[in-house]
Amino acid sequence: MKRMVALVMLALLAAACGGDSTGGGGNKASLGDIKIGALFPTTGSVATSGADCLHGVELAADILNGKYPNIDLPKLTVGKIVLDEADTQGDAQIGASNVDRLVNTDKVVALTGAFQSAVTITVAQRAERLGIPVVNGSSSSAALTEQGLKYFWRVGPSDRTFAETYFKWLATQSAQHPVKKMVVIHENDQFGNDGAKVISELAPAAGVQITDVQYPFNATDLTPQVQNMRQAAPDAVFVFAFINDLTLMYKTMAQLSYTPPIMLGFGAGYVDPKFIPNLAGKTDDAVTRAAWSLEVTQKNPTAKAVADAFKAKYGSDMTENSARDFEAMLTIGDAIEASGSTDPAKLQAAINRTNLTKTIMAWQGIKFNDKGQNSLAEGLIEQLQGGSYKVLFPQSAASAQVIWPIPAISGH
Amino acid sequence: MGEIPQALVSGLLIGAVYALVAVGLTLVFGVMDIVNFAHGNFLMVGMYVSVFAFSQLGIDPLFSIPIAALAVSMLGIATYLALIKPVLKGPVLSQIIVTFGLLIFLQGAAQFLFKADSRGVPNPILDTFKLQLGTVAAGGPQLAAAVGAVLFTAAIWLFLTRTEIGGALSAVSQDPGAAQLMGINPDRLHMLAWAIAGASVGAAAGLLMSFFTVDPGAGGNFGLVAFVVVSLGGFGSLRGALVAGLCLGVVQDMVGLYAPPYAFAAVFALYLVVVLIRPQGLFGTR
Repeated sequence: MKRMVALVMLALLAAACGGDSTGGGGNKASLGDIKIGALFPTTGSVATSGADCLHGVELAADILNGKYPNIDLPKLTVGKIVLDEADTQGDAQIGASNVDRLVNTDKVVALTGAFQSAVTITVAQRAERLGIPVVNGSSSSAALTEQGLKYFWRVGPSDRTFAETYFKWLATQSAQHPVKKMVVIHENDQFGNDGAKVISELAPAAGVQITDVQYPFNATDLTPQVQNMRQAAPDAVFVFAFINDLTLMYKTMAQLSYTPPIMLGFGAGYVDPKFIPNLAGKTDDAVTRAAWSLEVTQKNPTAKAVADAFKAKYGSDMTENSARDFEAMLTIGDAIEASGSTDPAKLQAAINRTNLTKTIMAWQGIKFNDKGQNSLAEGLIEQLQGGSYKVLFPQSAASAQVIWPIPAISGH
Repeated sequence: MGEIPQALVSGLLIGAVYALVAVGLTLVFGVMDIVNFAHGNFLMVGMYVSVFAFSQLGIDPLFSIPIAALAVSMLGIATYLALIKPVLKGPVLSQIIVTFGLLIFLQGAAQFLFKADSRGVPNPILDTFKLQLGTVAAGGPQLAAAVGAVLFTAAIWLFLTRTEIGGALSAVSQDPGAAQLMGINPDRLHMLAWAIAGASVGAAAGLLMSFFTVDPGAGGNFGLVAFVVVSLGGFGSLRGALVAGLCLGVVQDMVGLYAPPYAFAAVFALYLVVVLIRPQGLFGTR
């Protein structure tokens, strides 16, 4: 008899909750578990970066779910984020088939990822066909937001933004360090080719002549490329390279005794945690563009709280990759909260209306243009000085003066 | 104008590295008619041995070469006993599948055990050495690999042609049945071939770690090159592997100097031309 009473009570309670969720108005916690697909390369050659990105997304989900009440960022009140993680293995096809599984079988309502631009593009196209929103943090290929996709948004800066930042900075340096000739060295892939294309479009206005030097996927030898670089005698070199190729490039330059006056990296290998240990002593004064820097935390207390929580949870520092993917997840959470819905069309409309002013970035906030690009995203330029990256540009965030020319990259 | 001699020298040196990696592959094929698809991953295993000898024991890759060679040689013997021997009498297809399965297994195991981090050895002894002749530079790791490739090829060749066991190995490769009738135990000799192949690729791995980084996918880069080298030089021919490796390196670097995107295309074009004219490869007999 007691059991019967208990069962009836339980049924009444369930009915009451159910009634509450359909009853319009202040329907808190009505959406229950909300599945979000997180696609990153957690195996394969860029897996260190992939795991780092995923950590950013996980931490953002924890904050949205209220696990860090002290961090001053919005919490989700209409449900609970449950991450559904998928390994792209850095492969565009696997990324696309992951989308099918996440959407059709696991019923995720939105996606984030997939770090490598070449994978993100297939993920975005597949999700577009299925009508599921993809909010990306750390893929920077300019082409991603030029496809006319209606369900794709990018929170971080594109390579066009980064290249513009570089040219702006070069203009400020023109008195001491005039740059007339540059080499763009890049892998023959989406990230590298798009980057080279953007630079070739921006260079004429800056009065810079560009020599394009490519290398193939899985390169075992970069001697010809380094020789091409030397032949071009550039004033500065733009580098689009992931960690293995970048390591090989530096070692080959040391062997051939060639160091350009300055090397300006576009993230990737330059921000890989293995860049400094693999190349001990050869990485002094490397310059890279960045979307985020630990130095941002000095001027932004929320960023500091998040970076501290990240370090406590994962044992490593937050990077520009984890920071951007963190913001991508927060953007999805914001749209779910604003729309109070997991309906893809309503989410799409809510993401389009995003207007986040509180971020952990050095930018003003997150607001998308009609192409889905965050129009407020900006780049930083950093240089490795004394073992850590110091901000050179923009002036407002700068903490160091550039060292140019860089010292010879040698075997010692 | 230093570019062409430099490209030539760099090409020869990287070619020697390719040859060194390929020697073990061609040896196993020569003796047993088996293509070891996991060969590139044997290299990867040797590279990890070398990295850990450095990070755990502080041994420079140059001095851990015997450790890497021994470790991969053991792996070769284990592979033969556990996987190859049972399928020797089976169809060719199962021999292909078994080494392909091993490839996937080794890559997965490395991924599981060591994560996907790219690992390198900072400032190894060989990498700090460089030979500079005028405008032409030759790096220590590549020079050592070149010397290693020539020495290994010569040593294995001498062993096969000048020693009794080597003769027995050749006999087994020509006709295992007849060799057995002559009192030769093919089983032991097959094991020996796998041990030598493992040792050579292990030694190559030790040399490579002075210059390259390793991650669970590292076997793919050099594994593919090793297959092109072996089929270009002729399956089973040691001399062929050496010459083909050198050719490949030179073509890649010379073409790369003028048209970097086509460097690898040129390598495969060369391969196609050779295969069309001599399907058995440069020095192959079958």
